Amino acid sequence: MVEGNKTRNFWRGMLYLSPAIILLLVFTFYPVIQTFVISFNYGYNYALTRFGFFAPYNPEGWGFANYAKIFSEGNPFVQCLLNTIIIVFVSVPISIMLSLLIAVALNSIKPLQKFLQTIFFLPYVTNTIAIGMVFSVMFESEQGLMNTFLNLMGQSSVNWLGGNPDASILFDSQFFTSLIVLTTYIVWNSLPFKVIILLSSLQSVDRQYYQAAQIDGTTKFRTFTKITVPLLSPQIFYLLITSFIGAFKEYTSVVAIFGDRAESVGSHNNMGTVVWYIYEYLKGNRSGAATTGYAAAGAVVLFFIILFFTGINKIIEKKKVHF
Amino acid sequence: MTMFILTIIAVVIGVIYFNFKVKSNESVDERLFNHVPSKKTAYIGDSAEETMRRERVMKIFKYVMCYAFLGILAIFMLIPFYWMISTSLKTEAEIERAIPTFYPHELALSNYPKAIARLNAGRLFFNTVWVGVWSTLGTLITTVLAAFAFSRIQFKGRELVFNIFLTTMMIPGEMMTISNYITVVGYLKGANTYWALIVPFVISVYYIYLLRQNFKQIPNELYYAAKVDGTSDFKYLLKVMVPIAMPTLITITILKMMGSWNSYMWPMMVTQDPNKYLITYGLRQAFKSDNVDGRTIQGLQMAGSAIVTAPLLVVFIFLRKYIMRGVSRSGIKG
Repeated sequence: MVEGNKTRNFWRGMLYLSPAIILLLVFTFYPVIQTFVISFNYGYNYALTRFGFFAPYNPEGWGFANYAKIFSEGNPFVQCLLNTIIIVFVSVPISIMLSLLIAVALNSIKPLQKFLQTIFFLPYVTNTIAIGMVFSVMFESEQGLMNTFLNLMGQSSVNWLGGNPDASILFDSQFFTSLIVLTTYIVWNSLPFKVIILLSSLQSVDRQYYQAAQIDGTTKFRTFTKITVPLLSPQIFYLLITSFIGAFKEYTSVVAIFGDRAESVGSHNNMGTVVWYIYEYLKGNRSGAATTGYAAAGAVVLFFIILFFTGINKIIEKKKVHF
Repeated sequence: MTMFILTIIAVVIGVIYFNFKVKSNESVDERLFNHVPSKKTAYIGDSAEETMRRERVMKIFKYVMCYAFLGILAIFMLIPFYWMISTSLKTEAEIERAIPTFYPHELALSNYPKAIARLNAGRLFFNTVWVGVWSTLGTLITTVLAAFAFSRIQFKGRELVFNIFLTTMMIPGEMMTISNYITVVGYLKGANTYWALIVPFVISVYYIYLLRQNFKQIPNELYYAAKVDGTSDFKYLLKVMVPIAMPTLITITILKMMGSWNSYMWPMMVTQDPNKYLITYGLRQAFKSDNVDGRTIQGLQMAGSAIVTAPLLVVFIFLRKYIMRGVSRSGIKG
């Protein structure tokens, strides 16, 4: 450590930190505060900004009007929030369970292990938009791979993604087929990271536990539920929290698969998510009204949802999971 | 298709056979000695040999199950890549057939030049690399300086500042994007400029954290030795710490370049001029209105996707070690 004069060290430290601190102030701390402020200002119109820090707030707009608006009837935010929650609670458990099984299976084989590991890692290094477009082609209604398979097995084709914007039921069948496609993609995309984390911690588990279980004649299933899962519980928990957070911020996959179709706002088939809503309303809605306030309010709601999950994480982290 | 499946089965059987062949190099006595029978396979009255044979059957069964499960999922992982490439090689007529084909009967390479032209690939490639290089350089500079301060210089409030830094990692990026858009495009008139794509991203708290951990492992003795020699802090940082932490810096560089290759949201917000698009956003824009005119141009679309995916796969194949290192430590992508 650097010794010597305390004040001198302080300024030296600040000198080394200054680029980072300045950038964080401008692009992280200030924006967070400003977004909070905007969310309480109804009718904020960024288009009126000029250089300077007197942002064009609407003097009559202070209050909770933005929040009231986004939760009111006819605003797609509630639908987007519902979609997001469904995506989270469907995709996260599936992907965690699948990745756990894959990690255990990978850990118990020797030949081809590295090769299969590489294959399972592949989706991590691909482009979300590019592969999302591939998924939308695979699930295409006429020439898609999925329907071809269904036809081969004697089933009739399913219109996976095609919109039926006039549907008046909240969760119609079109919603579910779209959801299946989206969830498949999200699971496909999120497996690699989980498999890698679980596999690397499995490989560091003490073999003695398993040998003891083997001597006792414990069945494979019991070994899995009573040894493997509890020993991995810190990692599983970490993955659970990070994937909850990640899934709440799902956006690019929606844009990639549904593209223009996700934009049928107002219809019940809108597959938009919270983040999708934020970006959609940031620059103003289609009729040109200033809706930046809506987007800010949506972002604040998302912020508190994520804060809730990080809060749980912090509390449990201290107790160290090991059921 | 059938040939393909048969080959896979043959490979799996071969692998399993090979696996047991290796094991049976031990002598029978050794195996009997090392063997631990489990309740399920050991019965009273059995000879040890019989038990072992039964257990071996169980084991083979287990291996077959494992490989079958992994094999099926591996195919599930690879199908999108396969479908992308096979569709991109099909002719338009073949794609539009009533009964789709599983592989291109007639190779049509013409999709690729067309997709490159439609994507304006050269321009977008240049933009992405340009933005990637500058934001990587910027990130490396801010990260190295901050990590040095956090790991070597002792000053009051250091831990507090570090904790404040870490807290920012929990804030969803959308909170910042809204105001950053207003700052960059509204106040600073940065729409369609390179700096608008670079400057907000030359800082990453996660990389500072990663590098700080790495710097902390470097023994202090080196530092004192340098002090005795009269080396300045900055010189010590450049000549000693940076070379030692090179693997981490390489990881940061790769992930950062991949991040700029994959970035979508920010380019979507600050660029309207097609000549300033980054590659991912450009891909989305180039093939956006496909379904509107009723013509299927899946072949082109898939060729475009393949062009965008290929460089990432190449990077992955050659630099797997560095990428995995960054990944297994945390869940931050790009």
